[in-house]
Amino acid sequence: MKAIGKKRTAQDLVFNIVNYTVYGLFTIVCVLPFYYLFINTISANDLVSRGQILLVPKGIHFNNYAEILKMRGLGQAALVSVGRTVLGTAGTLLGTSFLGYALSKQEYWHRKIWYRYVVITMYFNAGIIPWFINMKNLGLTNSFWAYVIPAIVSPFSLILYKTYVENIPSSLEESAAMDGAGYLIRFTRIIIPLSKPILATTAIFAAVGQWNSFTDTLFLMTDSTKFTLQYLLYEYMNEANSLADSLMKMSESGVRVDMSSILTATSVKMTVSMVVVLPILCVYPFFQRFFVNGIMIGSVKG
Amino acid sequence: MKSNVKKKTRLIDQGGFRLWLLSFPFLILIFLFSYLPLYGWVYALFDYKPGRALTDCKFLGLGNFTRMFADKYALEDIVRVMKNTLGMSLIGIATSGLPMMFAVFLAEIKSKPYRKAVQTLTTIPNFISWVLVYSVAYAMFSVNDGFVNRLLMNLGILDEGINFLASGEHVWLNMWLWGTWKGLGWSAIMYIAALTGIDQEQYEAAAVDGAGRMQKIWHITIPGLLPTYFVLLLLSIANLVNNGMEQYFVFQNAMNKEYIEVLDLYVYNQGMVGINYSYSTAVSILKSIVSVTLLFVANMSSKLTRGESIF
Repeated sequence: MKAIGKKRTAQDLVFNIVNYTVYGLFTIVCVLPFYYLFINTISANDLVSRGQILLVPKGIHFNNYAEILKMRGLGQAALVSVGRTVLGTAGTLLGTSFLGYALSKQEYWHRKIWYRYVVITMYFNAGIIPWFINMKNLGLTNSFWAYVIPAIVSPFSLILYKTYVENIPSSLEESAAMDGAGYLIRFTRIIIPLSKPILATTAIFAAVGQWNSFTDTLFLMTDSTKFTLQYLLYEYMNEANSLADSLMKMSESGVRVDMSSILTATSVKMTVSMVVVLPILCVYPFFQRFFVNGIMIGSVKG
Repeated sequence: MKSNVKKKTRLIDQGGFRLWLLSFPFLILIFLFSYLPLYGWVYALFDYKPGRALTDCKFLGLGNFTRMFADKYALEDIVRVMKNTLGMSLIGIATSGLPMMFAVFLAEIKSKPYRKAVQTLTTIPNFISWVLVYSVAYAMFSVNDGFVNRLLMNLGILDEGINFLASGEHVWLNMWLWGTWKGLGWSAIMYIAALTGIDQEQYEAAAVDGAGRMQKIWHITIPGLLPTYFVLLLLSIANLVNNGMEQYFVFQNAMNKEYIEVLDLYVYNQGMVGINYSYSTAVSILKSIVSVTLLFVANMSSKLTRGESIF
């Protein structure tokens, strides 16, 4: 018996070492790129371009972050990104919550048909070209509203919201209805306060989706004042030449000759990447439970 | 007032109808953005040139559909693109057990802070965009600034950097690796949740019977997670041809284009880049039909085997 017990603990030990190591390594692989990006943006740019920054930042400065703001289009893109995230998320909250609430009511006019009308849109789409032509006909190409209006009704969030509202005891609403409160009053005074958890989850998913969205800019926008940070980052990643050009112009007009803080194509790419990812990295740890809630509720069928 | 009392069933007096009226603007939005574009399918029947009225374009009937199979070059393209689409999807399906394994072995880590840290940090990549994943790929693997090349050169293993990103080799595998890097931690969360639903008494009973760690995993944990796995597997089969285009679009370059072009990217490249509006629409219509069929097949097999539909 003892021999078996010993063998087990030895096996256990090996198992644990391997297990902890594998997870540790994968976690490092997930985090290291962000760390590497970060130390390269705050290290002296001449050291960066000579390839001397590997694990430890050297010649720490924060000029890159100040300098990229002077680049053409970047401030505007930041504005567009923040704008669409705020307004788009607000729109999604409004649309999915109200329509979800309405469709949770048994007395809704032809409820079954309209619910199917909404849900079925999750399972088909017309394809890129018909969608693009449609957006063009609606006047939403090169328009900021193309980021906001189509996001207002999201069938998936709507199902989640409707399911949640259906579980709120109807007696709460009924007593208000007795007092003569209409649907809008009941929705805003009773349902919204009671559905805060699901609204928070919806908001956080919508906000991340808006912030990360890239293809809609690619398809719809040619006017550079409508570009988002994601799109600009994509352009910078792919157009090294034009990037170098615009940097050259910047350094010509400047008087500084300090090599360590002059922007290079690499430093711009990395700094813009950090600007794009920082909000996510900052927000994520605090809202993790909402994300996790989202996937849990999502796994329950609507 | 009197007439009001009489015609109590008048539509406007019904609460449900007023509610419908209140929500009507949102129903219109759904129509505008999900149903109205379907009208664009008629473009597949014409030789549409942007800027012209549809009535001035040549009517081709099903010409755009038959072209995919009749035209030698188009057929070559379709075969290549289908290979990429199915190849990458099948790699994904073949490794679909990975998130489950991730959750199972993560649960074997007894230190709670360590477990939480792993869980939190490995889910972060899921919340960054593909453009940013590309930027990360650039930061890690580019010739001059990439971490890997710098490390290998500093260690004296390499004299010159390797251009990993522009390589046309192992494209499918690379795409799978990036997808896994981005999604593994997040996909595991579903299973981590399902783990809490497994009856703890089973483990205690097994321990009394002298079952070891691996035996418990094999005979209790995995069977407990299989229903979840099965649903997700069916969904991934239903999405066999829907790889999406974003990942492949940001990673595509002249060197790897042949192997990276999946159906969604092909539709984009043909339509938006090549301005073959009609042909591209025809391809996407066929894709939709295949995709909806697969969804029904997946749902049917779920009903037959589990007695429950997946959606």
